[in-house]
Amino acid sequence: MKQDPCGSVLVVGGGVAGMQAALDLADSGYRVHLVERTAAIGGAMAQLDKTFPTNDCAM
Amino acid sequence: MTLSEVVHVSGSLGNFQVTIRQKPRYVDMEKCIACGLCAEKCPKKVDDPFNAGMGKRKAAYIPYGQAVPLKYAIDPQHCIYLTRGKCRACEKFCPTGAIHFEDTERTVTVTVGAVIAAPGFEAFHPQGLDVYGYGRLRDVVTSMEYERLLASNGPHMGHLVRPSDHEEPKKIAWIQCVGSRNINRCDNPYCSSVCCMYAIKQALVTAEHLSGGDVEQAIFYMDIRSHGKEFERYYESAKEKGVRFIQARPHSLFPGDKGKGAVLEYVSRDGRPVREAFDMVVLSVGLQAPRTAQELAQALGIQLNESGFARTSAFEPVTATHPGIFVTGAFQSPKDIPQAVTEASTAACEAARALAPARGSQAREKTYPVERDVRHQEPVIGVFVCSCGINIANTVDVQAVVEYAHTLPHVALVENNLFTCSADTQNLIAQKIKEHGLNRIVIAACTPRTHEPLFQDTLREAGINPYLVEMANIRNQNAWVHQQDREKATEKAKDQVRMAVAKVALNEPLERLKVNVIQQALVIGGGIAGMNAALALADQGFPVILVEKSDRLGGNAWKLPTADTGEPVQPQLEATIRKVNAHPHITVHTRATLAQASGSVGNFQGILDVDGTQQEIRFGAAVLATGARESQPVEYLYGQDPRILTHQQLDEMLQKRPEAPAQARSVVFIQCVGSREPQRPYCSRVCCTHTVKAALRLKEANPDLDIYVLYRDMRTYGERERLYQEARRRGVLFIQYSLEDKPQVEKNGQDLCVTVTDPILGRPLKIPADYLVLAAAMEPNPAQDLVEMFKCGTNEDGFFTEAHPKLRPVDLSVDGLFVAGLCHYPKPLDESIAQAKAAAGRAGVVLAQDEMRLDAIKSFVTDKCDGCALCVDVCPYQAIRLESVEEGGRAVRRIATDPALCKGCGLCAATCPKGGVMVHGFTLNQLEAQVEAALAKAV
Repeated sequence: MKQDPCGSVLVVGGGVAGMQAALDLADSGYRVHLVERTAAIGGAMAQLDKTFPTNDCAM
Repeated sequence: MTLSEVVHVSGSLGNFQVTIRQKPRYVDMEKCIACGLCAEKCPKKVDDPFNAGMGKRKAAYIPYGQAVPLKYAIDPQHCIYLTRGKCRACEKFCPTGAIHFEDTERTVTVTVGAVIAAPGFEAFHPQGLDVYGYGRLRDVVTSMEYERLLASNGPHMGHLVRPSDHEEPKKIAWIQCVGSRNINRCDNPYCSSVCCMYAIKQALVTAEHLSGGDVEQAIFYMDIRSHGKEFERYYESAKEKGVRFIQARPHSLFPGDKGKGAVLEYVSRDGRPVREAFDMVVLSVGLQAPRTAQELAQALGIQLNESGFARTSAFEPVTATHPGIFVTGAFQSPKDIPQAVTEASTAACEAARALAPARGSQAREKTYPVERDVRHQEPVIGVFVCSCGINIANTVDVQAVVEYAHTLPHVALVENNLFTCSADTQNLIAQKIKEHGLNRIVIAACTPRTHEPLFQDTLREAGINPYLVEMANIRNQNAWVHQQDREKATEKAKDQVRMAVAKVALNEPLERLKVNVIQQALVIGGGIAGMNAALALADQGFPVILVEKSDRLGGNAWKLPTADTGEPVQPQLEATIRKVNAHPHITVHTRATLAQASGSVGNFQGILDVDGTQQEIRFGAAVLATGARESQPVEYLYGQDPRILTHQQLDEMLQKRPEAPAQARSVVFIQCVGSREPQRPYCSRVCCTHTVKAALRLKEANPDLDIYVLYRDMRTYGERERLYQEARRRGVLFIQYSLEDKPQVEKNGQDLCVTVTDPILGRPLKIPADYLVLAAAMEPNPAQDLVEMFKCGTNEDGFFTEAHPKLRPVDLSVDGLFVAGLCHYPKPLDESIAQAKAAAGRAGVVLAQDEMRLDAIKSFVTDKCDGCALCVDVCPYQAIRLESVEEGGRAVRRIATDPALCKGCGLCAATCPKGGVMVHGFTLNQLEAQVEAALAKAV
């Protein structure tokens, strides 16, 4: 018999892509392990001042 | 898990064992209160990587002010104790004993069903490209460094100064394609896709940073690639605001006067050598896959492509070469934030799809303490005034606002925070609520649009109702717009705080409504996007109704020979259609349209018109994938000669008459036909690559064929650049034209002739053409009926408008509606598929719950309603109806509101002449109190 899959997902990288993937999965009923290489999540977007084309604050 | 890396993965889809190495933090996360004393006392200064090496941090550090988790760490490479065995100053001063030098590396093993890899990118290192003088000339910086110089939490707190003398630069140059589109020196032949736009952004933002705004910005470029949604308008606005765009590649950089700034040498469009001095030069460095991504790929056992990004296919754009492993973000290919966020949802969807049977098996719910009943208590108000780094504090005298807030009625506590939104401040607010018995909170900071949910959650965690908070927006509505007048801005901030305090005193606890979710989806549009969305939803276990207005599924994909990766489309398309038709959870209706719709997220009702017969449907979420089409050109003699074709017509001809290229001598392509023109001011994104693919296909069939591409900017972004390079290698000639001097097409007898001004010769060229191919613009299919039914919106160009261009790129402004494919913006097949799966993933978030909570800001009827029904007509959401009710033995007319439909906009309350209908959280007495407070004078 085929084993049931595990309902957890590993997300590697805590930048904007990793965080969004983790949030979507957590909101749809999956347990998420988010692994980040540095001391905090946020990634490159946190280093940006503003974003195009709306000039919104990146933070 | 921070400071952690995946070292090994074994197992397979559904059951992977992952070994994670967690490096020591040397700080106990449970004990650290992020007070910062350790960093203050740490004697070791280190180049700050968050500030791209400009500015310093300590060896005891947090990466940045708003870091999550907001816990300090000790950098073992630089800590004096860890490297030389002496110091421990941080340990001495830490008030909570959180420093833990005995901390060791740990290895953790977790079992997961799927893996998503999002290791990101690294900026290209320009040291190797000596002509740009990076490292040699102090005022030559990378774009990432420049970004930090602009940032308010950067090394100079957002005061833009150049590195050499800390003076404000007044003349700045950007050099594009540094480390991109370069086959000679750096081996990154691809286009990094984002640099043109970020350079334009930096040029525009620079003007805001410099005193008086007097600055000259020049962008040196090869092609400006503003191929995203609303990007072309942004580019045009930069030109209008005086940013110079110079099509040239500076070949040498020399030190400027006294070693400051830099002198650029380049050759102008008309062939003249130019020397021009700039105060500062920004190198627009490209994106590349970092070394850590290669290591991760190795650990995961997935393959990379020749550029070092993860190998995927156009039809499975986020699926890596190992089942159960998905990739997203810039690791998949260089991309901007909306695309990264979209594809993050795509990857989440693919993982959810693969693990559908296990949904909910491992999830845990967040719990909140029981709410304290504050209904009959006197208000005890806490006011938290945010400095927002320098965003507010630079313009508003925050201390004066704090002192003033103390004098306001019911205010028991006032605090100032550097970043009120940071994680430690949330803990602080919760703690103060409990400590001081606060029962109403005012946050004087930024906009409730982005931050109110955060503070509401903090209130819940502190055990009070989330609706007892008010925000005074002293940043966006004050500090940002009154930078020139500190005194008046401070007075205005006091007014704003006084108004918020007056209102919050009257806030009442509100109950959020629950609605049952109909766990079924509607997908409108049966093209490649609609079908992929339907399959992704159905595979997650949700029944899907797929509605297609024509008589067959497939849409534009029927006309597309290959994807941009070269993979043939037709076999995949047919396979997709077979899967859709065979899927037990998908009901397909062709020749069908949605005739009516009502309801709201989780609970929509609609009427389908299927080939003339009507049927009722119900659904919890919908994906709109109504597509776009190739427009009909209205110039270049289109329609007057069978040899003048659009892309789709050319592809069709090559299909039917494969011998045609061999019989021709010359083919001319004209780009931007109907795009980037005043009547259609957007870039159609797909045409440059389509032309290059078609040119290669023609060259394949007849290598002697002369092919000319008349273009404005070639926009073969990302890996598509390789196709452009290949076309040039095979001898396709690319000739640039300008909007002011468009090509002319003539027909002399039987001969077609195209005349274009060659920019290098400066003279008109006459090119005979056996075929003329027009890269016609993509235009959205009309969707006005859906816009009216759902009250969602489109932009000026008729494409659906997403809820947030960066952070919610596939959500529409109406909750429960999602967008995919060409109806959102022109895009190639792989991006349509990715977006369709992202939309399915986002819809899955709604459908996965059996009941959902709605906001409590809803209209309600008071006993003053006399049933005049004035409000019924003004309600834009059809949320109000007139009813007849028994009262004291006779029938009276009253209105009734439907909370599920109500958006809390307040039109009804504004219309009602007698206070018969109001909105929770915005009742008349609350608004009156606020207005009275606004009119009162600050003392």
